[in-house]
Amino acid sequence: MEYVDSLTGFRLDGRRPNDIRQIRAEIGVVAKADGSALFEMGNTKVIAAVYRPTEVQNKGQQINNQALVRCEYSMANFSTRDLQEDQRGTEISLVICQTMEACILVHLMPCSQIDIFVQVLQADGETRSACINAATLTLADACFPMRDIVTSCSAGYLSSTPLLHLNYVEDSARGPDVTVGILAKMDKVTLLQMGSKLPIDIFENVMQLAIEGCKAIAQYIREVLLENTKLLESRKGL
Amino acid sequence: MEQRLANTWQMTVNERKFIEMALAADLRVDDRGPFDYRPCTITFGRHFSFTNRVGGSSEVQLGETRVMSYVTSQLVQPYRDRPNEGTLSIFTEFSPMADPAFEAGRPGEFAIELGRIVDRGLRESGAVDMESLCVVVGKLVWSIRVDLHILDNGGNLIDAANIAALASLLTFRRPECTLGGDDNHELIIHDIEDREPLPLIIHHLPVAVTFAVFGEGNIMVIDPSYKEESVMGGRMTITMNSNGDICAVQKAGIGISSSVIIRCLEICAVKAAEITSKINHAMESFNDGRSIQYPNFHPVDVAIQDNLPDVIMDKKQIENLIGHLAALPLDALDRNSNKSGAVVVGTNTRAKFENNQARDGVPFYSPSNWDPYPRKLCSRLARSSLKLSGLPEDVEEDKVNTTQSVTVECGLEHTKGASSSRALETPSEYTTVEATSQYIKAPKTLKDAVKIQNRKMRK
Repeated sequence: MEYVDSLTGFRLDGRRPNDIRQIRAEIGVVAKADGSALFEMGNTKVIAAVYRPTEVQNKGQQINNQALVRCEYSMANFSTRDLQEDQRGTEISLVICQTMEACILVHLMPCSQIDIFVQVLQADGETRSACINAATLTLADACFPMRDIVTSCSAGYLSSTPLLHLNYVEDSARGPDVTVGILAKMDKVTLLQMGSKLPIDIFENVMQLAIEGCKAIAQYIREVLLENTKLLESRKGL
Repeated sequence: MEQRLANTWQMTVNERKFIEMALAADLRVDDRGPFDYRPCTITFGRHFSFTNRVGGSSEVQLGETRVMSYVTSQLVQPYRDRPNEGTLSIFTEFSPMADPAFEAGRPGEFAIELGRIVDRGLRESGAVDMESLCVVVGKLVWSIRVDLHILDNGGNLIDAANIAALASLLTFRRPECTLGGDDNHELIIHDIEDREPLPLIIHHLPVAVTFAVFGEGNIMVIDPSYKEESVMGGRMTITMNSNGDICAVQKAGIGISSSVIIRCLEICAVKAAEITSKINHAMESFNDGRSIQYPNFHPVDVAIQDNLPDVIMDKKQIENLIGHLAALPLDALDRNSNKSGAVVVGTNTRAKFENNQARDGVPFYSPSNWDPYPRKLCSRLARSSLKLSGLPEDVEEDKVNTTQSVTVECGLEHTKGASSSRALETPSEYTTVEATSQYIKAPKTLKDAVKIQNRKMRK
């Protein structure tokens, strides 16, 4: 199957290999939660919510000098046609948890627990990246102290071309899939996952492409947060 | 993390600070270099019984870490979207015996993460060939199951588990199955006594190399020990093969710069090559051991020569041949026994025959078209080999004529032969018979490979 048309250079959804998907974000969608966000990347739609730090439920897991970050990732049954394995969900929860733990200043909230809930409403590839982006927005909305914003996106290598933002069809091609999450301003990589096989030099290209994509998303997230702050300002009458 | 922290051994602040300061000064508490692996030993499961040749099991000891891996196979229905491919699944077993922080029963988060890293490296990179595991498209495929048991947690479980999985997959043999029966509809799974079990086709060896991150994300060491793991800020696992292909990467947590990642990739390439050679070395010594223990075992399929012209030898040549056979040690004959148990005179006798040729001046055959089972020779060969194996031999020379094929009982316990025995007029001493004609098979043609239209299959 030709993932990049040789004549026009377009991909299956009409994008060019370096084009990002259409991104849309909305803050404060869950009224009861302390922080919530809805994040869309192309056709992938994810909603995230977080509550303020609470006492650790399972006392055996309490850490005395920092907060315990827990993440629950679930895919709505209507989000996709294919059945997903349970273990994949657990791994994605773990990965999101570890990524957010790296960006929240957890040592400021010892002996407490932070719960992040992420639900996939529509899945069209890159669900874990969308979840991380949504979680970042959520934590910012709930005013958690953070080092930096974490953004994530994926890139692949099909038809001998590095492609940015793989959708579901390109993801199912069983080609290489590199998911990267960065701390935007610090320019550090927190999440790096890769499947299938790639030679080292091509891997470096694809990784760099994904990092560029993450920076573009970070730019957009900053704008959204700034707008949200301005809105709050005007509501408070400042 | 779901570890029961109340149950874990907690590290003291002093020890933690000591390890961190040592690493900042480029020292590791167990006196290793930052990119040195602990000593690694790979042992394979012993085959206690003659029949247990299919088990692929291995145990890896990496420093204090011990992981055991066991491979089994089963015939199942394939997935609907991949009807011509077999399946490979990895299961992990984190017993509290290895670490009191592990909970018995349901795998914790780390157990699942380890399983998925090993799974990504082996399956998604295409290391194990899935299409060769297909038996009947859309109906039956082999499902390979790898069970990883953590026996002792001394740090760096991922690397040890990966090596164990690779070693066990390399030594695993699955039974051969063919379509046969009256109308070639029946699926026959050959017992490993009848047909040699087949190895899996493995294209490359993906080796996992784990880095532990300390400090602000600038200090990286390879193969963290248990104490270093308690102190580390994060971990990065890169799975690579010796060809320089990256098969899988897993990193989540503390941020590191992309230049450090690229440097780690280069280090990983070197380490992966080292570990690959270690695994291959262990495999070779294991296979050598296996072939001495089990005479019928061949790591590689030995091509059987068919369609050789019959050799016609006169009496003098026959006696020379027997003389050479008598000079051979007994185990040389054993090693070259084929499946049916009949004796084949091995190729290491060829050199002697060539000498013979020069000596007598009688050019009777050339080694390349020498047929070890010429019908005319069978009786003599059989008797001489019987002499060597020490069985009673009571045949009078004038009774046996050279046109007969005599069946041989060579003293092996497993002499199942499905084909007919053509021995006639054999003396009563030989109660079990086995046709030497079994060795001469009809050459395979394309017709045998073509599957029958009617897909009926009887169990």
